[in-house]
Amino acid sequence: MPDPKDELVTHLPALRAFAMSLTRNSATADDMMQDTVLKAWTNMNKFKPGTNMRAWLFTILRNNFYTSRRKLNREVADVDNAFSDTLSVKPDHDGRLQMLDFRQAFEQLPDEQREALILVGASGFSYDEAGEMCGVATGTIKSRVNRARIKLAELLKLEDNEALELTDNATLAVVGSPGLPT
Amino acid sequence: MASREDQKKARIDQYIDDNLKKVFSEMENDSMPDQIMDLLSVLRAQDEELKRGK
Repeated sequence: MPDPKDELVTHLPALRAFAMSLTRNSATADDMMQDTVLKAWTNMNKFKPGTNMRAWLFTILRNNFYTSRRKLNREVADVDNAFSDTLSVKPDHDGRLQMLDFRQAFEQLPDEQREALILVGASGFSYDEAGEMCGVATGTIKSRVNRARIKLAELLKLEDNEALELTDNATLAVVGSPGLPT
Repeated sequence: MASREDQKKARIDQYIDDNLKKVFSEMENDSMPDQIMDLLSVLRAQDEELKRGK
């Protein structure tokens, strides 16, 4: 039978990405990672084989995050824009500038909305799974994701974008619009 | 049939999810901090020690 600790290691890159998106601070993200790895490793007997280990690890990390946030009571004070600063190349063309805009807008979302959007939109968890991980109803996650998308669209002025008014992909492809979905 | 507004909303949602995935994937590719790798080494060594002690 494979050792679940070997599986744990394979989830670390995703766990760190989740920590970075949640904390927006690289030092805090790394501290959260350390706590999570230590807790998971020493409590591996509590992990149920056959269940989703990534969900289990993400849950430990987000619980750590909210516990420490409550203790410190400084939701925004320790943000160092780690999320938007992870662009390794200087923004030198439209695509990269748009990505930077996107990251900066994402950082402005409230923690719970950012978390819901990352879990559902980027990590591929279902609304049900995300609800279970966050200890809230599925409907609450849906609502958070929805509000996050509306806020991002507002910050990025996507509603005003003419290319998004077009009704079919073929037309959009012909007209073209850098950075917009085709 | 979906209305024009529904289609636009779907495009915006898709745009947001595509960018989120791109950003998340870039962060996943960052190198793992030394402190995490060091911690794993310590934990593995402790496990080995426990096994030998049994």
